[in-house]
Amino acid sequence: MSAYMSGMITELGHFALILAFLVACVQAVVPLIGAHKRWPGWMAVAEPAATAQFLLTAFAFGALMHAFITSDFSLRLVVENSHSAKPMLYKISGTWGNHEGSMLLWVMILALFGAMAAWFGGNLPPTLRARVLAVQSSIAVAFFAFILFTSNPFLRMIVPPFDGQDLNPLLQDPGLAFHPPFLYLGYVGLSICFSFAVAALIEGRVDAAWGRWVRPWTLAAWVFLTIGIALGSWWAYYELGWGGFWFWDPVENASFMPWLLATALLHSAIVVEKREALKSWTILLAILAFGFSLIGTFIVRSGLLTSVHAFANDPERGVFILMILVFFTGGALTLFAARASTMQAKGVFGVVSRESALVANNIVLAVSAFVVFVGTMWPLVAEMFFDRKLSVGPPFFDMAFTPFMILLGLILPIGAMMAWKRGKVTRTLQTLMPAFILAVVLAGLVWSMQTGRSLMGPIGVFLGVWLVAGAITDMLGRLGKSRDYSRLFRLPRADWGKLLAHSGMGITMLGIAGLMAWQEEDIRVAQIGETFSVGAYDLQLQDVEQVKGPNYFSTMGTVSLLQDGEQIALLHPEKRNYPVAQMPTTEAAIDYRFLRDVYVVIGDAQDNGGYVMRTYIKPLANWIWGGCIIMALGGGLSLSDRRYRIAAGARKSLQPQGVPAE
Amino acid sequence: MKAILLALTLLVGSSSALVGVFAAPAWAVLPDEVLDDPALESRARELSKGLRCLVCQNESIDESNASLARDLRLLVRERLVAGDTNEEAVEFIVERYGEFVLLQPTTGGWNWLLWAAGPLMLLAALGTGALYIRSRSNSSPTREENLSPAEQQRLREILNE
Repeated sequence: MSAYMSGMITELGHFALILAFLVACVQAVVPLIGAHKRWPGWMAVAEPAATAQFLLTAFAFGALMHAFITSDFSLRLVVENSHSAKPMLYKISGTWGNHEGSMLLWVMILALFGAMAAWFGGNLPPTLRARVLAVQSSIAVAFFAFILFTSNPFLRMIVPPFDGQDLNPLLQDPGLAFHPPFLYLGYVGLSICFSFAVAALIEGRVDAAWGRWVRPWTLAAWVFLTIGIALGSWWAYYELGWGGFWFWDPVENASFMPWLLATALLHSAIVVEKREALKSWTILLAILAFGFSLIGTFIVRSGLLTSVHAFANDPERGVFILMILVFFTGGALTLFAARASTMQAKGVFGVVSRESALVANNIVLAVSAFVVFVGTMWPLVAEMFFDRKLSVGPPFFDMAFTPFMILLGLILPIGAMMAWKRGKVTRTLQTLMPAFILAVVLAGLVWSMQTGRSLMGPIGVFLGVWLVAGAITDMLGRLGKSRDYSRLFRLPRADWGKLLAHSGMGITMLGIAGLMAWQEEDIRVAQIGETFSVGAYDLQLQDVEQVKGPNYFSTMGTVSLLQDGEQIALLHPEKRNYPVAQMPTTEAAIDYRFLRDVYVVIGDAQDNGGYVMRTYIKPLANWIWGGCIIMALGGGLSLSDRRYRIAAGARKSLQPQGVPAE
Repeated sequence: MKAILLALTLLVGSSSALVGVFAAPAWAVLPDEVLDDPALESRARELSKGLRCLVCQNESIDESNASLARDLRLLVRERLVAGDTNEEAVEFIVERYGEFVLLQPTTGGWNWLLWAAGPLMLLAALGTGALYIRSRSNSSPTREENLSPAEQQRLREILNE
């Protein structure tokens, strides 16, 4: 393709972005007036506008990606974040591997969810649909303006250089290439729940049908958010060089708070759907969940909370996002205050019931999100009001947050089996007794085997087993007395989703506890040919050689991992140097196994000819992310449940299946 | 430092200036720092995990590769070898670098609010939740009076599917 055509695509992309902004402006206003005046023609503008907005934004994004793929160094963004020698995957992921491009991805996903609400919203009352799409578009207007006025990705260089400055090598990683898109699909996806909530407030009505419409969107966003967070955590584990998986960093917390609130929303929407209670709380949660996504965006973009090493970041951008945050969250909360009282609950339920259990679930999740929020913001508060410069780090979160997760784990299996309207604690506990005993026995066994180690191990084992066994007990309970196991496969997919999601959470808890309580570490200088032992394993550093990669140089070790004298793996830990970015990275070599990882890192050469070696045995490490994936699968399975396919307006079900009447 | 790395994932522009600041990741405790006495060494590691690397982002001196973190690790070990208790060693460092160095904030001054925020909020939420549940269990069911018959029909269709 000629350079001329290439340049045209970029210009067309820029033009499409401006056009998308204009379409969004129309979509934010016309359907809203239409819904108010009951003018069908005006309301009908929303759907084609949402489609057009998405297609235009996608075109703009595609054009930017094209510039990255073809290494068009006349674009400033490409120069700053790419290099012609970079592998293709990272040229593509470089599109969102920078501020401007990632904001474009942000708004594209916003437009995508708007468009999907238009495509699958055939079942919604016309006024509600028009309002949802208008509110969604008003968020888009704000972000299009943000991009065009403060972070335009399509700016040109006056004198294009011959080559670019490369993408940060830490980001040149397959796990990380897909981390931002998933994360964004998650927390930008929550925008549609926000739009539904605001539209319902304008409409002045929330009923069971509203709960059923909102829940699949929450589920979809939650599934993506779960995967996105897991990918980020996994990346930190293998890339940062010592196997940490969560750092309670403001930026991580920024994605974790929306996850906690989305999880709460997921559960409270069930109560709205099934029992027409908890309505105003659910609306509030939907507003807060997206509000926290905006707060997260603000934290990341402004560099406010990580100010010691300020990002190369424009304060103007921070202020702009702060204004967006205040306008949308503040506006929605004001509307909520004015309208919440009109939403009366209908369902009546006893003190001991599934409804009450879900209230408890929501309390624990919301309060734990609040703890994370306070801990994240506290250094700022202390500096502004008490003139104290202090830190709130992992030890605080471990102490203040963990108890809530333990509490959640304890009550979850009981709550999940409680009957709607009026339950019986004693009966539920009786049914769960085998699961409870199993969990206690296994935890006791683990406790007696370990000496002088953290209590987190046994607690984690107890909770993990309790959750998984509890979820299975719940599933078997669905069979009733019949013991006809084939019936299991005829249960609604939502039930399977619940089983997987709750078990996944147990598995993640087990993994976290195992890793934190039983990790072993070894640090030493090893000579080539030297054998040393760590835990039950022997390691031999066989060789170290210099290797040249596509855009880096590497010092690569060859380490033989032995168990009982037999080699079980040959590992190649690397220390890479990326000359263009002038940055070294470590590539840990990990022998992944079901019950433990052996994690080997190689460091600098020493004067005596040896190399610094670090070896970690990390029990149950994979379970952390395995559990997250199972949770996400559970969410996906629930999402594919028949009742959502119909309620969301999907016209044909994927396969005929019998679902027992509830 | 992780803050920045992770921030980059969510993406802030990766300026070359920033990249330069962070040289080799992953070089935390080096073999030459390790004390001969395992009990003392494990105390030193424990303390290091609670002390912040002052030139990094939200990273303890135990994890950090910065030279300042190394100096602090050596200082901690020096104090422990000299016979300090854990508290004395930490106090020694806080006196020189301020409370910013503590990853676990103290409970002094207004910080009690930080520590109490979770439990207080939980109590408030439990109270509100209990009141709500009681009101739900005492009230009598109301009809779906504000729906038109057509709407009720539609609602039933949606819910029954």
